[in-house]
Amino acid sequence: MADLEKFRAETRAWLEQNCPAEMRKPMTSDGDTFWGGRNTKFSSEARRVWFERMRDKGWTVPHWPKEYGGGGLDGEEAKIVRQEMAAIGARQPLTSFGISMLGPALLKYGTEEQKKEHLPKITAGLIRWCQGYSEPNAGSDLASLQTRAVGDGDDYIINGQKIWTSYANYADWIFCLVRTDPAAKKHDGISFILFDMTSKGVSTKPILLISGYSPFCETFFDNVRVPKSHVVGTVNRGWDVAKYLLQHERAMISGMGERGVGRPLGQIAADSVGADAQGKLDDAQLRSQIANFEVDEAALAAAAERAVDLAKAGQSHPAFSSAMKYYGTELNKRRYEILMSAGGIDALEWESDRSRGGARPRAWLRTKANSIEGGTSEVMLGIVAKRILDLPGA
Amino acid sequence: MALVLTEEQSMLRDSARGLISDKAPVAHLRGLRDAKDTTGFSRELWTTFAEMGFSGLLVPDQFGGSGLGCVEAGIVMEEIGRTLMPSPFLATSVLAASALSRGGSEAQKAQHLPKIADGSLLAALAIDEGAKHRPLQTKLQATRAGNGFKLSGDKAFVVDGHTADLLIVAARSAGSAGDKNGLTLFLVDPKAKGLAVERTAMVDSHNAARIVFDNVEVNADSVLGEVDQGFGLLEGVLNIGRGAVASEMVGLSDEVFGRTVTYLKERKQFGKAIGEFQALQHRAAELYIDIEITRAAVLKALQALDADVAKAATAVAVAKARAGTTATLAVQEGVQMHGGMGMTDQFDIGFFMKRARVCQELFGDSNFHTDQLASGKGY
Repeated sequence: MADLEKFRAETRAWLEQNCPAEMRKPMTSDGDTFWGGRNTKFSSEARRVWFERMRDKGWTVPHWPKEYGGGGLDGEEAKIVRQEMAAIGARQPLTSFGISMLGPALLKYGTEEQKKEHLPKITAGLIRWCQGYSEPNAGSDLASLQTRAVGDGDDYIINGQKIWTSYANYADWIFCLVRTDPAAKKHDGISFILFDMTSKGVSTKPILLISGYSPFCETFFDNVRVPKSHVVGTVNRGWDVAKYLLQHERAMISGMGERGVGRPLGQIAADSVGADAQGKLDDAQLRSQIANFEVDEAALAAAAERAVDLAKAGQSHPAFSSAMKYYGTELNKRRYEILMSAGGIDALEWESDRSRGGARPRAWLRTKANSIEGGTSEVMLGIVAKRILDLPGA
Repeated sequence: MALVLTEEQSMLRDSARGLISDKAPVAHLRGLRDAKDTTGFSRELWTTFAEMGFSGLLVPDQFGGSGLGCVEAGIVMEEIGRTLMPSPFLATSVLAASALSRGGSEAQKAQHLPKIADGSLLAALAIDEGAKHRPLQTKLQATRAGNGFKLSGDKAFVVDGHTADLLIVAARSAGSAGDKNGLTLFLVDPKAKGLAVERTAMVDSHNAARIVFDNVEVNADSVLGEVDQGFGLLEGVLNIGRGAVASEMVGLSDEVFGRTVTYLKERKQFGKAIGEFQALQHRAAELYIDIEITRAAVLKALQALDADVAKAATAVAVAKARAGTTATLAVQEGVQMHGGMGMTDQFDIGFFMKRARVCQELFGDSNFHTDQLASGKGY
């Protein structure tokens, strides 16, 4: 305990000294997120300094082993770093699907060679990854995917189409589910494979969404040649890797609503709807909605903390991330419904500088995907019912 | 601190669960109800509670207790919630023990705490006056008289008030309803002249009383804490009680849910278990998630209370608000998914529904605590 308190004091002092003031302010747009990658640019000098200091400390991913560029911290220490960063409102130095999705799967299923090749480039922000999972006819029924990988000597030749590939047009590499045995039952013929997005035959096409943004792409593979050594885990057992990775993806998405130490929703609402002399919102129904939301938000934060602690204690159910994903995404949608209601007509502007290009309504629309991506709310409830509650049926 | 139980806490849970499920299953409450038992709980079982160290769980070591914290008290409450065991634990071991150990003089502690620990003293906290929990609105009047005070007014919803050997009474010694200043807590002998106790049978077959104070004389030594400055002490004690009741609601919700899931697997209609229907699967899954999130919020609040009662108000408001809505959902889904069987007195589910309703009102319902949270955040 004394050691942890010492670690906390040191962490606090280090962050105080090294986190630039600009990196302690809440992010105002998606452009403030630093994703890394070959073609990346820093949105500001402070952004660069903050990333590099954290990278050099191993704290872009504090809990990964040091040999792969992580901080080598144990669960308690990593929790302290998160808490101390949250306390000063420090932004994430690096956001990446390599950290939140591929990394955990590589650490569990990858060969030592694969870990050494890919993990250090993730922690250093050199390679940006995207996820090739969904297909036009394989959404909630992901295991029915049809993208084919056919053996040709030491390589596979890959043909097919993926969809909803987040930021595929900016990504350097892809982790991809492909069918390597079309004769097997649908879950049994899938492999998990990695390849470079600049490989010949790969093309992407952004999809325009209701938010006016294009965070997702269609991704096409036309005779893409990939070495067989790029398969992670056992050939035809890729579904195990895919499911394991999905648990981490769901944990990440359930946390997307966390906004650190921004202003309370009630005060944001007071700006537009007004408040009485005691500061009580002029709209009693809205006040009640906000308060109910904040009760649930605080409870979810406790549950997220508990989920990490349970996992560390070896007491968590592997499907629990589905429970958190369901609740976290539904809650985030509620948050934005409240923000839109609180903003009234001001929150309807789509293009003005005043509205920062319609940041709020676009973010509101973006949240509608939360309960679809990474497994819909309905799929999550089905997983909880069957795997945790052991209810009968297919 | 990790949001999981320690090994010692898990052992405490196992021993509480063993005792309570063995000696006081729901049939125990049913039996007391059907017999119209005048005590409303088992004194024999309370003696066992004392022998196992539960009655003095929050009493400091030097007064014969175990000196444990709110997390541990919550563990016992959660097990009580699973079987709806009627017990003096909440009123005596949580509320009175906290009030005395946090606000009592050395003499008051030495007089009462050892008796709480050994199970020989039952106590009750008298706060509520109106239909809803509004401690700031306390009107029961304390008027200075000679060396002490005279108390006049009414109290309601005094948990275990009919069996208490000692009452802890919130009274207004100055100011007017709504003021934080001017509240004083008194230790009152229920046998005092001018005091009338009426046991009120409640929907959940648990125990509460209405108490009328007609110029009840108390001396200066009976003041608990400071004259006119009792609100801080009261708020701390209430928050500990709220954490405890929230734990009871988690136990209650979890038990109803477990019974409901079992029923979904057993009950067959249209040639298959009704748990195969997606409409019910999704509702069961939602309820499971709701309970797990509430469980974390409640543990968070109990840990916050153990760290510093004065800083735990927000966490407690979240926990009690959530526990109330979760328990309400759990019992309604429980009855609905049990179908007609859920409506019968013969089936236990109804007992849980009734207790959940009472727990909602105890020390502020979900609306009260949600409003507290909003006011605390300044909107």
